[in-house]
Amino acid sequence: MLTIANKTFTSRLFTGTGKFPTYQSMQDSLEASGSELVTVALRRVNVKDKDDDMLAHLSHPRINLLPNTSGVRTAKEAVFAAQLAREALETQWVKLEIHPDPKYLLPDPIETLKATEELVKEGFVVLPYVHADPVLCKRLEEAGAAAVMPLGSPIGSNNGLKTLDFLKIIIEQSNVPVVIDAGLGVPSHAAQAMEIGADAVLVNTAIAVAQNPVEMAKAFKMAVEAGRMAYACGKGAISTQANPSSPLTEFLSYE
Amino acid sequence: MSEFKDLLSQYPPEKVHQALTNVTATRVEQTLAKKERDLEDFLVMISPAAAPYLEVMAQKSRQLTLQRFGNNMQLFAPLYLSNECQNICTYCGFSLDNKIPRKTLSDKEIMKEVEVLKGMGFEHILLVTGEANRTVGVDYLAHAIQLIKPHFANVSMEVQPLDQDEYERLISSGLHSVLVYQETYYRETYKIHHPKGKKSNFDYRLETPDRLGRAGIHKIGIGSLIGLEDWRVDSFYTAMHLRYLEKKYWQTKYAISFPRLRPFSGGQEPKVAMSDRELVQLICAYRLMDPDVELSLSTRETEHFRNHVIKLGITSMSAGSKTNPGGYAAGKESLEQFEISDERSPRKVADLLERNGYQPVWKDWDPILQGTFG
Repeated sequence: MLTIANKTFTSRLFTGTGKFPTYQSMQDSLEASGSELVTVALRRVNVKDKDDDMLAHLSHPRINLLPNTSGVRTAKEAVFAAQLAREALETQWVKLEIHPDPKYLLPDPIETLKATEELVKEGFVVLPYVHADPVLCKRLEEAGAAAVMPLGSPIGSNNGLKTLDFLKIIIEQSNVPVVIDAGLGVPSHAAQAMEIGADAVLVNTAIAVAQNPVEMAKAFKMAVEAGRMAYACGKGAISTQANPSSPLTEFLSYE
Repeated sequence: MSEFKDLLSQYPPEKVHQALTNVTATRVEQTLAKKERDLEDFLVMISPAAAPYLEVMAQKSRQLTLQRFGNNMQLFAPLYLSNECQNICTYCGFSLDNKIPRKTLSDKEIMKEVEVLKGMGFEHILLVTGEANRTVGVDYLAHAIQLIKPHFANVSMEVQPLDQDEYERLISSGLHSVLVYQETYYRETYKIHHPKGKKSNFDYRLETPDRLGRAGIHKIGIGSLIGLEDWRVDSFYTAMHLRYLEKKYWQTKYAISFPRLRPFSGGQEPKVAMSDRELVQLICAYRLMDPDVELSLSTRETEHFRNHVIKLGITSMSAGSKTNPGGYAAGKESLEQFEISDERSPRKVADLLERNGYQPVWKDWDPILQGTFG
């Protein structure tokens, strides 16, 4: 079981809602994924409309909505967006995304830290999307972030864990859950993230643009479970030398 | 970093034309095999030598577009506020010397248009005017944005180039993006097509995206008007402009449009024709060079062409457009900027998208995200 800010999750696969061809395929995929935490871009929903199509398709007792601030460029804009999301979607939770770079959507560390400090003061449960920067993750933890969400590679790139070495440091040092977000392109990437000890992963593009999103969602569900199980079992150490079953120094034990 | 004007002067049209002619089939194959492609690769892909590779380009373009944008298509509509114009442009129905009735919408008329567009489902609106600073200057535009903003998620603008401080004022009022086409990057040809009016200043127009970038706009749309000059050379300059802007104003998003000259009241035939195949080649070349750039298609194009090209790289399109002021509420009058080609209703275009496995996206922004409120 994973706990973030006093909420427990049985599934360690978080999902997104962008890029699906229809709301129905989004709904079916989320169902197949078993996901209990689903991000929603504020830019895509009509918060003034209670019958918004996307929100209607996310209305499921298992699903918790995680509004994201995708589109903002500064801490100030992020705080406005989070406040609106809280009011409209009736949740304290927010995935903080501040990416002034519209090309690779890479997060701004300085504005993210500023916004986290402000939002935590206002009682939000803040999950910041950040580069795989171990020091920044510690600073966010100190600022009160409920979890940290470092990237594996740029959003939508399907490039996998290009930041592997730094993700390992983040996981080793963190006192809050680490959710690896962005860049996971195939189930084996998710399994690898879980094997190194991530608490959860967030996947969107790889599922949404698959030829068969529902089956791909299932595949990610299984990969996350397998990866977590492997991590929990304790992996054998990797060695560059052979470990013979009759070691050369075995005779010394008879001394 | 040098100014774009200086950069442009290093690439005279003859030099670009020669480079396009020199491209070989081997070079095209090498380019298409690359994982990432730069401006030189773009030139290779729009060359005549790349034409036989159109299907390969289309397949790759589709794949990249799906990965970056998913099965989504952004929909928007233009809202023509005025057809008054002090410029003479040889290709435009709003040209000063074109004796058509002139009209600038009043507040009441604007709100009538808003009502119809809202009824059609639009959330993204593009405000369009001619260039008549006395009647549709920055005060008129600021007022129009104030009126319109509460009713739409996203307000863009395609009007005369403005100064940086004027853009700053409109952005703080809620303006999200500005489209400004250079028409042609050929300095001499530009002079011929813009003999009178403020628009005749080539450099002021060329530097408009710089003023927008400095003003902190969210999105800039650029393009060249296809038909005035060699489309390949002009498209190379447009792509060069895109690359320059992306590096300099890195916080801004970019969109490319491909306006092909259309018939209009009192107009002339295009000097250079571009076939449908060539336009597809150009669209795919942009996508293969820049997987993230927004590629936009208007109702200037035919229903048949639009039905098929949606799968090849386009990410946003207009629908149900009227190009005369008051056209949505009052119906067709002879005040159009150009004749549209795809006359289907927005609902019919949305149905087409859905049938093709695409989600029509009506809303992809919220004023709250730029700290302004509806």
